[in-house]
Amino acid sequence: MDKSSHALQREEEVKTVELDARRFHYRELNERIKSLINSGYEEIILNGVNGQRYIGDGLVHKVRIVINGVPGNDLGVFMDGPFIMVNDNAQDGVGNTMNSGMIVVRGHAGDVIGYGMRGGKIFIRDDVGYRTGIHMKSYRDQVPVIVVGGSAGDFLGEYMAGGIIVVLGVGVNSGKIVGHYTGTGMHGGVIYLADSIDQSRLGNEVRIFLVNDDDVRRLEALISEFSRLTGLDVSGIDPESFIKLLPASHRPYGNMYVY
Amino acid sequence: MPDRFLPSEFIVNVDHQRCRRCKRCILNCGFGVFDFQNMTTADSSKCVACHRCVVFCPEEAITITRNPLAYREHASWDVELRKAIWKQAQNSGMILTGMGNDKPWLNIFDHLLIDACQVTNPSIDPLREPMELRTYLGRKPDRLEVKLDSEGKIVLENPLENNIMINVPIIFSGMSYGSISLNAQRAIAIAAERLGTLMNTGEGGLHEELYPYADHIIVQCASGRFGVHSKYLNAGVAVEIKIGQGAKPGIGGHLPGEKIGREVSGTRMIPQGTDALSPAPHHDIYSIEDLRQLIYALKEATGYKPVSVKIATVHNVAAIASGIARAGADMIYLDGFRGGTGASPAVVRDHVGIPIEIAIAVVDEQLRNEGIRNMVSIIAAGGIRSSADVVKAIALGADAVAIGTAALIAMGCRLCQKCYTGNCSWGIATQRPELTSRLDPDWGAERLVNLVNSWSLEVKEVLGALGINAIESLRGNRDRLRSLGLDPATNEVLGVKPVGK
Repeated sequence: MDKSSHALQREEEVKTVELDARRFHYRELNERIKSLINSGYEEIILNGVNGQRYIGDGLVHKVRIVINGVPGNDLGVFMDGPFIMVNDNAQDGVGNTMNSGMIVVRGHAGDVIGYGMRGGKIFIRDDVGYRTGIHMKSYRDQVPVIVVGGSAGDFLGEYMAGGIIVVLGVGVNSGKIVGHYTGTGMHGGVIYLADSIDQSRLGNEVRIFLVNDDDVRRLEALISEFSRLTGLDVSGIDPESFIKLLPASHRPYGNMYVY
Repeated sequence: MPDRFLPSEFIVNVDHQRCRRCKRCILNCGFGVFDFQNMTTADSSKCVACHRCVVFCPEEAITITRNPLAYREHASWDVELRKAIWKQAQNSGMILTGMGNDKPWLNIFDHLLIDACQVTNPSIDPLREPMELRTYLGRKPDRLEVKLDSEGKIVLENPLENNIMINVPIIFSGMSYGSISLNAQRAIAIAAERLGTLMNTGEGGLHEELYPYADHIIVQCASGRFGVHSKYLNAGVAVEIKIGQGAKPGIGGHLPGEKIGREVSGTRMIPQGTDALSPAPHHDIYSIEDLRQLIYALKEATGYKPVSVKIATVHNVAAIASGIARAGADMIYLDGFRGGTGASPAVVRDHVGIPIEIAIAVVDEQLRNEGIRNMVSIIAAGGIRSSADVVKAIALGADAVAIGTAALIAMGCRLCQKCYTGNCSWGIATQRPELTSRLDPDWGAERLVNLVNSWSLEVKEVLGALGINAIESLRGNRDRLRSLGLDPATNEVLGVKPVGK
């Protein structure tokens, strides 16, 4: 499923280049990234990144981009293939409308993570802000995945139509793993939470379930991959104690009209 | 209480002496009005007056009349209001409808008159002299800087932004695959290519079969992000961020699962049979700064193709348009409150938004006052019904207009307003294969080309009468319009003098 893992496995052989991003406005930086990809580089290490937006925007290549520093908004927007590793925090809009590929953030991320995402994976080691995974959707063999190591803010999985969101809640106080309005308007997909939450934090369109054996196997695989890539210690996490949020209906707004 | 609490709107009458029992009406009606039991029978309660049966009956044996049933007159309680209450008392819910606002609001276009040359300045004969309708959509530079190159030729020093050339100032508005059939989209794509103009995908993705027409297609990115991916964004000549739609300002859209068959599912990239919910806002746009972020995300993704931002015309449209221009958009698509839709709650369609005429005038004025009119092209839509409307819209300040409803009418639509049922007998607003197959894309394209060419001739004729030989000289030329029967405040907002002044 992970289309970028090949880049990890043969790290020794890949054609690598380092780029000092400090001098560049985003437009120039992204042009340089594209031209490096066109010159055949498979791994691009960006040093000194400081808020440049749109890194990885619309890229369809199976390349690996390592970001040292804090990338700006819309990291990996419309992305379709690359593997991006951020060795710091990220800002808003990570993986916006992403189609495939992978983004790993070894730190916090801001608001609107994985909006309208259709495939690929986003791993955030620490916390995420508001509106994560809004309108995620799956299509055929594309199942988007967001895993958050810490907590998530309000409106997690709002309008969610497909895919998987996992929140691990490492270091988060009990009952605070997600914010309010979680899963409002949800009509597909699944949200797994490592801690139980009060019903008052849920939207009207979701219900709480216990995890089954399939869920546990799926969680074990994801958590192990997450730990390997983000470096987060997950030893205290027991997938069998997770709760699962599913939509009450696949057509929450089917009875709103008369003709 | 009988199930049929509401009387039929129309009465279908079959002349059994003329009827030759060929059953074409049964085949053609998408709404299941006709049946055959020894003779052709009609269930009037299902009729929407789409005329498909009338057109296809070889004997002209079918007539459709309005149900003459009398209602006690009441000036406050219009019959439509009474019917709405009966429907909502029967089944709780919002009343759904299709096409554009059908209420008799004042139509400002019909109160504007166009000037013509007499004696003191000569008119131009478009048969004899070139008449330029070609229009360039996109950002224009603040100023041109030129220099002489080594050979003494004048060359531009500052690069021009990408602009899109259209041969006529009329493009086709965004109608998604899902809301209309693929054959309807094919017809529009073929026509756009032949006319040298543009079509727009709407929020339904771009079907593989339409990629060959991509040089004449604007691809849309709306709140549901259906079918949006890198290849799609790069396919068209421009990308449009759809914020709002004239028929339903401020609300999202629900394409019911019944309409998401295999093909629509593939283009929207969502599973078959699931409802396609478009959230009311883009959840990554809560401010002008956020809009700028998405505009430049799209530019970065497409190598800086022009980006259009489509909004419904609402009360504060001028300030919003100024923000859109400053956010980096190359085009602003204004969709007036008469704009069409496949489905909208009637309360929103009929009561939310403002007329396109007002919106064009105030947006053009605001952008001129701020000195940023050159930064964007204005496309006006939502109520463009004729070549006269085209001329008036451009004279009020638009660069070009977009037509949706007019294009559908050209392909057979009778404005029955039942698009949301998916039963369109004309094969337009439906995904039922037996209905969509009856719309031949080449036939549809020819009618669209004929319509736009007819309007072009008429626009040229009017331009000639105005003594103008290029559509560009008409843009924002409100001095060539006068109003008749509008109040002084509206005249002032429009920037148009009353007749006689």
